[in-house]
Amino acid sequence: MGIREELENVTAKLVVKNVSKTFSSSRGKVEALRDVSLRVGEGEFVCLVGPSGCGKSTLLNLVAGLDKPDSGEIKVDDIPVKGPGRDRMVMFQEHALFPWLDVFHNVLFGLKLKPNLTNPERREVAKFYLHLVGLDKFANADIHELSGGMRQRVALARSLAPNPRILLMDETFGALDALTREQLYGEIQQIWQKRKKTILFVTHNIREAVCLGDRVVLFSPHPGRIIETFDIDLPRPRDINDPALTEHSGKITAMLKNQTEGSAEE
Amino acid sequence: MNRSKTLGWTLPIISVFAMLCIWEFVVREFSVPDYIMPAPSGVAAYLWGAIADNSLPSAIWVTVKRLMQGYAIGLAVGIPVGMLCARFSLFRDTIGTLALGLQALPSVCWAPLAIIWFGLSETAMLFVVVMGTVWSLILATQHGVNSIPPIYMRAARTMGSTGLHMWIHVIAPAAFPSILGGMKQGWAFAWRSLMAAEIYVTVLTGFGLGQLLHYGRELMDMNQVIGVMSVVILVGLVVDKAIFSPIENRLRTRWGIAGN
Ligand SMILES: Nc1ncnc2c1ncn2[C@@H]1O[C@H](COP(=O)(O)OP(=O)(O)OP(=O)(O)O)[C@@H](O)[C@H]1O
Ligand SMILES: [Mg+2]
Repeated sequence: MGIREELENVTAKLVVKNVSKTFSSSRGKVEALRDVSLRVGEGEFVCLVGPSGCGKSTLLNLVAGLDKPDSGEIKVDDIPVKGPGRDRMVMFQEHALFPWLDVFHNVLFGLKLKPNLTNPERREVAKFYLHLVGLDKFANADIHELSGGMRQRVALARSLAPNPRILLMDETFGALDALTREQLYGEIQQIWQKRKKTILFVTHNIREAVCLGDRVVLFSPHPGRIIETFDIDLPRPRDINDPALTEHSGKITAMLKNQTEGSAEE
Repeated sequence: MNRSKTLGWTLPIISVFAMLCIWEFVVREFSVPDYIMPAPSGVAAYLWGAIADNSLPSAIWVTVKRLMQGYAIGLAVGIPVGMLCARFSLFRDTIGTLALGLQALPSVCWAPLAIIWFGLSETAMLFVVVMGTVWSLILATQHGVNSIPPIYMRAARTMGSTGLHMWIHVIAPAAFPSILGGMKQGWAFAWRSLMAAEIYVTVLTGFGLGQLLHYGRELMDMNQVIGVMSVVILVGLVVDKAIFSPIENRLRTRWGIAGN
């Protein structure tokens, strides 16, 4: 396989069908997900929002194949998910970069595990993605030398490098300051449009979800389930400060409030 | 940076030199007898002679060779076994527990056992060094592996890392700071116990530094005793500065671990 095919845009559709997941710990059972179904089209950007503990990360882990559902099934392009795979890459809330490797070798890590590429090709691909996130100059930097925003950019480059079809992002920007976050909203939209990935994006921040998502999926906790899906048909690229976002985010916030008040009375 | 680095070397050298001068002066001024405290010039004369007749270089070589062999075995056994202890409760509950107990034993205490088992032989020496090294390494490796943030493994799994690849490219480097701590401790234990063993045991296959020290005492030759002691100190310092310090510094800059 050559470098051109390697850098080709690939995407996939994701189907989550009647998925349930219960964790049992010493303090009893937690129904993290109950009968969750979701379809994400090729190249679609879907945001998952909901209060803490409603199973968003759990769902992401199931799609990533890091965990197995108790029932139901998850399919990527009609192939059931059996475990982790390079077609689905995860960006965790904490950056999870390897501190024993420099920036370049962090990005290279997944590529080295990819067969059918020569080493020079791998290096070229890694450089391509470092350039894409604007960090060419920091290829040889150590992870601890980077700011939080730069770390997330490296993590993004590392997730993109094996050319996954689906990108799973779990509160990726949660720990960043507002200014850095705004910048990254622009960048992630650009990269998404350029690379045509299917993205599943978890966040607490409803405005962020509206800014980024084609669709916003609202979860409710105990047990975790989907209560509503909102289509966001605003033109792109979107700016987080665009007043047009407010109408959508207001609607979602109201629904979320309703939901939490309802569950508080239970 | 540059300034502090040169200062960092000159100051100890000056202070050591000053101490030697004071020592020499006190010994001469108060006519301290040789068998209580020899003058630095006497020690230097011994060292010079011992280098000239090759007894010192060959003793250093014998000791360092024993140390390196035993240490290498200790690393080769300790690190994998430590990993097994971290991974499998069967190993943790057996060898891990044993290591916890045996590490508390001062490594010198292995010498009598070694002599009974292996006689006055190189094997006995090797055994003492290995016992000094291996338990620290097992414990440090086990602890290091167990304290790796699980997110590293999860991230690696999504990128297709499994099994042996995960152990070599994720778990081992992630645990390395802790393993290095174990290597330093193991080195210190091995060095001490080998000296003790050499003082105890005369092995016909080779005269080490410990034996040289022992004969210095038998002959009541204080110049030799102090001379060999200073070589022992020097070897310890050189290993620390030439081997462990660079690795630690590298680790510190790479991981961004602050402080000293
Ligand atoms: N490994 C686990 N063992 C036991 N319980 C778990 C485990 N993982 C998650 N849970 C429980 O499942 C529920 C859903 O967790 P999850 O992490 O998916 O929530 P979340 O929506 O991502 O929350 P947050 O927004 O705070 O990240 C929680 O109640 C949590 O306590
Ligand atoms: Mg979460």
